[in-house]
Amino acid sequence: MKLSIPELSLIVLIGPSGSGKSTFAAKHFLPTEIISSDRCRGMVCDDENSLTASKDAFDLVHYWAGLRLKRGKRAVIDATSVKQDARASLVKLAKSYHARVVAVVLDMPEALCLARNDQRPDRNFGPHVVRGQHRDMRRSIKHLKKEGFHHVFRLEGEEAVNAATLEVQPMWPDRRHERGPFDIIGDIHGCFDETLALLAKLGYQITETGSGDAARFTVSHPEKRRVIFLGDLVDRGPASNRVLRLAMDMVDAGVALCVPGNHENKLERWLAGRRVKLTYGLETTVNQLEGESEAFRARVRTFINSLVSHLILEDGRLIVAHAGMKESMAGRASAAVRSFALYGETSGETDNYGLPVRYDWAAEYRGKATVVYGHTPVPTATWVNRTICLDTGCVFGGKLTALRWPERELVEEPAHALHYEPVKPLNTEDQAPNGQGANTFYLDDVRGKRIINTRFNRQITIREGYSMAAVEVISRFAIDPRLLTYIPATMAPPETSKRDGYLEHPEEAFAYYRKKDIEEVICQEKHMGSRAVVQVCRDVTAARHAFNLEEDVLGTVYTRSGRRFFAEAALEQAFLTRLAAAVEKAGLWRELATDRLTLDCEIMPWSAKGLDLLQNQYARVGAAAGAAIPATISALRQATDRGLALDDKLTAWQKRAENLDKYRRAYGTYCWATDGLQGLRVAPFHILASEGQAHFDKDHLWHMAMADRLADADPELLQKTRYRRLQLADRDAEAAVTEWWRDMTEAGGEGMVVKPIPFMAVCEENRLVLPAIKCRGRDYLRIIYGPDYTEPEQLERLRQRGLTLKHRNAVREWALGMEGLARWAEGDTISRVHECVIAVAALETEPIDPRL
Amino acid sequence: MLLTISTTHQPAQDLGYLLHKNPDRVHNFELSYGEALVFYPESSDTRCTAALLLEIDPIALVRSFKAPPGTSRTLGHYVNDRPYAASSFLSTAISKVFGTALAGNCKKRPELVQQAIPLAFHLPVLPVRGGEKVLRDLFEPLGYQVEAQEHPLDTAFPEWGGASVFSVTLTHQIPLTQALSHLYVLIPALDREKHYYIGPAEIEKLMNHGEGWLKDHPHRETIARRYMVNRRALANAAIEQLFREESLPEDLPDDQQVEASVEKPMNLNQTRLETVVQLLQAEKVRSVVDLGCGEGKLLKKLLEQPEFSRIVGMDVSHRILEIAARRLKLEQKSERERERISLLHGSLAYHDRRLQGFDAACLVEVIEHIDADRLGLTAHNVFAGTGAAVIIVTTPNREYNALFPEMPADRMRHADHRFEWTRAEFHAWAEAVAAKYGYAVAYHAIGPVHEAYGPPTQCALFRKSGSAPSRDA
Repeated sequence: MKLSIPELSLIVLIGPSGSGKSTFAAKHFLPTEIISSDRCRGMVCDDENSLTASKDAFDLVHYWAGLRLKRGKRAVIDATSVKQDARASLVKLAKSYHARVVAVVLDMPEALCLARNDQRPDRNFGPHVVRGQHRDMRRSIKHLKKEGFHHVFRLEGEEAVNAATLEVQPMWPDRRHERGPFDIIGDIHGCFDETLALLAKLGYQITETGSGDAARFTVSHPEKRRVIFLGDLVDRGPASNRVLRLAMDMVDAGVALCVPGNHENKLERWLAGRRVKLTYGLETTVNQLEGESEAFRARVRTFINSLVSHLILEDGRLIVAHAGMKESMAGRASAAVRSFALYGETSGETDNYGLPVRYDWAAEYRGKATVVYGHTPVPTATWVNRTICLDTGCVFGGKLTALRWPERELVEEPAHALHYEPVKPLNTEDQAPNGQGANTFYLDDVRGKRIINTRFNRQITIREGYSMAAVEVISRFAIDPRLLTYIPATMAPPETSKRDGYLEHPEEAFAYYRKKDIEEVICQEKHMGSRAVVQVCRDVTAARHAFNLEEDVLGTVYTRSGRRFFAEAALEQAFLTRLAAAVEKAGLWRELATDRLTLDCEIMPWSAKGLDLLQNQYARVGAAAGAAIPATISALRQATDRGLALDDKLTAWQKRAENLDKYRRAYGTYCWATDGLQGLRVAPFHILASEGQAHFDKDHLWHMAMADRLADADPELLQKTRYRRLQLADRDAEAAVTEWWRDMTEAGGEGMVVKPIPFMAVCEENRLVLPAIKCRGRDYLRIIYGPDYTEPEQLERLRQRGLTLKHRNAVREWALGMEGLARWAEGDTISRVHECVIAVAALETEPIDPRL
Repeated sequence: MLLTISTTHQPAQDLGYLLHKNPDRVHNFELSYGEALVFYPESSDTRCTAALLLEIDPIALVRSFKAPPGTSRTLGHYVNDRPYAASSFLSTAISKVFGTALAGNCKKRPELVQQAIPLAFHLPVLPVRGGEKVLRDLFEPLGYQVEAQEHPLDTAFPEWGGASVFSVTLTHQIPLTQALSHLYVLIPALDREKHYYIGPAEIEKLMNHGEGWLKDHPHRETIARRYMVNRRALANAAIEQLFREESLPEDLPDDQQVEASVEKPMNLNQTRLETVVQLLQAEKVRSVVDLGCGEGKLLKKLLEQPEFSRIVGMDVSHRILEIAARRLKLEQKSERERERISLLHGSLAYHDRRLQGFDAACLVEVIEHIDADRLGLTAHNVFAGTGAAVIIVTTPNREYNALFPEMPADRMRHADHRFEWTRAEFHAWAEAVAAKYGYAVAYHAIGPVHEAYGPPTQCALFRKSGSAPSRDA
């Protein structure tokens, strides 16, 4: 006998002791698939035959089998399972994981079982036990189907057992071998004309031949594209019968796939002659079908019965279902899966219109596969996590929407008429596609140890302690998290220089990129102010829309730790108004087709934001040194005048006086008075994101060009970033750039940043390289390492600094930052964007030398 | 860092005997963070000056400094005033380099030890947290003439003002040993930072070097507290020793904890917790989640009432949860007791499934620690997120602040308060939230109610509409 077993099933072997279950299992299944009750007895008490351990052993059997089923792996239960209650708990277990459950009965003669047991010294129970089991097994056979087993195989006698072969059937929804390109069409509801128009827009050629029962649609696409219908073909609209005919012909011809909707399900029950209320638009379909032949209605019924609740396509990358699909149910088969696929889940409550409140599964969806679905009318199809709802309410006067896959483009056909009055208006706010999930931050997305998959060939692990710290810091001190879509990555310095008098020098940065086979770099002036991220919108309406805000603001400006940059809200908004005007004047709103921009900037002067640090740390040290040095020099001079041998000391303290001057000048350069926006200078250097786009696919030359255009639009507020391109093979050019760096830093500049031309540069094996290396100036570093760090005995010791962690985090934070922006652009829920934000904040709490 | 000691005692070179350092030589000493040098810029019969110069190595300082828990290793340490400013390093150096003089020993001129001689101490850089008044308060009662000149932060930025760093000359007719012990104690007390771990041994040092003068100093408490770098428990222990024969002062206010100090006299926190427990009892709830439980004071009260069968405390600070666990003695509880209570690290900024399924949620003095523009999301997570049938929120009543005698008008009760609401503001918020999430709201006063200003703490009790107001016991 051929045993045909669904891919994901719980296989229960049934037979008395000695019927050959273990031998059968070992022959047909992997050792890891077999869960033997005897083995579990052994595991819990060291004795495989202990009957006192039965309860614990079966707990383990269930736990173990449950874990396998959860992971989508089959499990084979090797226990007698001759009693109904033992089987019932296994059936229940399988169903809770939406797995199929299969019974294989080893129906051996009683004598054979007894004889086998006699030969096994470890079996110490009497023949009456085996007889009892045999009796129970025989009695069970006819009830198995009723008990809930989907498949029952009875193997009578040794020969049948030996002849049995196994055949694994893919699960019904499993069509991973089916590949696109597809055009996935949302709820049609009898809107036949719109469907034809949409198919034409998508490039399909449609001909209709014959009439009556012989009528046939022939549909083809020059690029062999295929259609996927997401269900709810029927009801409410003007021509459900014609839509059905078109869909059935296309499916029959292999030009389309189709999943059932709840309306098909109800129609099928009507076709089957069940008592169904003719409501919710079924009455229109029934009317239309009454004009069709009996044969057509029979064809419709067969068609609906042939549809599988949901389909997994394209090697598992794409899932289509009428009402959506949770990750834990995808690819599985049970009444619950079918119900979810057709109806979704409801919270049990009803809204103001008396309609059921739907559970927002998409907001919580974290699966890898893209889920395309319909069922809930939305004004416009929008991505939420990796899901999109294509029901745009055509029958209610909305539009019919198709998603081109894998292009992910939306193609729409507006409704030709309002065909059916909706119960609740299509465009009410609480129907926004990302309504529920939009403002919800899930602790599960940030709590504990996190492993975050980025699209940059990096999987990044965040340790629990750091994510906890980040949650605390961001919760207590950061701005409204809806606006906090990005936290800048830390930037690494180059390997420590070995040159006399230098701790950092550009040559190490160039050497690094040369080693990584980067041919060209861009060297940008490094401004010294305070890092700021700017979220700026065209107007308050755009900001409300972009960030789901209730307040009327133009955006916000925040620091690298997520705190508000401007203490006064009025100043912040004045700043954003100026900036929005500059964006307008530069023409960037139109050019980038956006109403919002996210910018990475440096805001100067340093004293505008960092005055407290400057005064209490840097100036205070300067003041102390400024008083101590002359007093010490004078005491030493008096002593040397007396003939005491303190000349070396005197020289050293005189040198300190010089260093102190340079130190005070170093921080003084970055301080000037501001009054409101007066005196404030802003240098944008990354155009991080605009609506629907994260701009890491553009190179730094593009970003600089955009920033320059912005600066030209408001030169009083905005400042350009000077930069040089450098071919790393050109040593003369390198010398010139180094000279440029020296000139800038000697004139008081902080230094320069060396970056590969592409935003996300990679080396071998597609690994990301450092996105930027900061080469800080010799005098600037006095602020970091102290006024006298250039003295040889200090410098020598300071050269021992550990850069590994800093370099690693610079890359990790960069990848996370861009991942977050990409998720935001793709319309992921804010919680999934926030996951990346918290991850960067967590890495920032790692203890790394703050001077790097 | 420089300290000069001058005398016009005749013969002035006797200073060399007192300090145990020959005026005609340079004396070197190794210290853990650098070296100390003693030399004499001048030495004649009429006037003699000794200089103690500390060369502190900032790199050694950063690399070997073990910061006490709670302080961060900031950028500050390489860029550090320690090489220049008089600080606890100077005290250490005095005891090491002038140990004999500090102890009051002098073989060659024993009669000089207890003799008051004219002395001038010059500290070109003395950090004084709190300004010149503190400096004078500490030295003048001991008889010193104090000359002080504050250094500007930066002459290039005169608008930045003074650096709280002074050039100081102290003159007095006094035995050298006494003056050195004054410096030993008072310099670090002025600076309020220490380069080593502050442990109980510090009390002993304070008592030793303060012997004979500290007990009678009018600012002994200030000195003890500042010397202990505000480590409260240690400071209190030191003060207790200083006041051994007298009664203790009533209250030892901690200048960080304004809230505790302004509210303390009325025992407000106690009243607040008791009220919340009574409200919960009246609502007949069985399971309670305390959102923002802090050290677990409410949890402790809830545990005392057997009808609360499931108690959970949640807080955003992991550290404070550890304190709560200790205070509640969770480790020592029986398995059954531990099933009643648990602590969760979480945040009101997030939707947290673990907070669902409770009869009641409490936010006791929590919302005022959340930025006003984040309250909307917080309310969403509390009301829609937990779905608790009863929600209790308490927050200060700003109107009542007028009655706190020591509180400046523009201040709030706690440094971390983001706002404090009047009753009208609180009611407006509560009503909006209640309407949005389907709750009915009732208000309760906590603490003595003032005719015009109302109670010090306001409390709102939210009851989910449609749910039974109370459940049968």
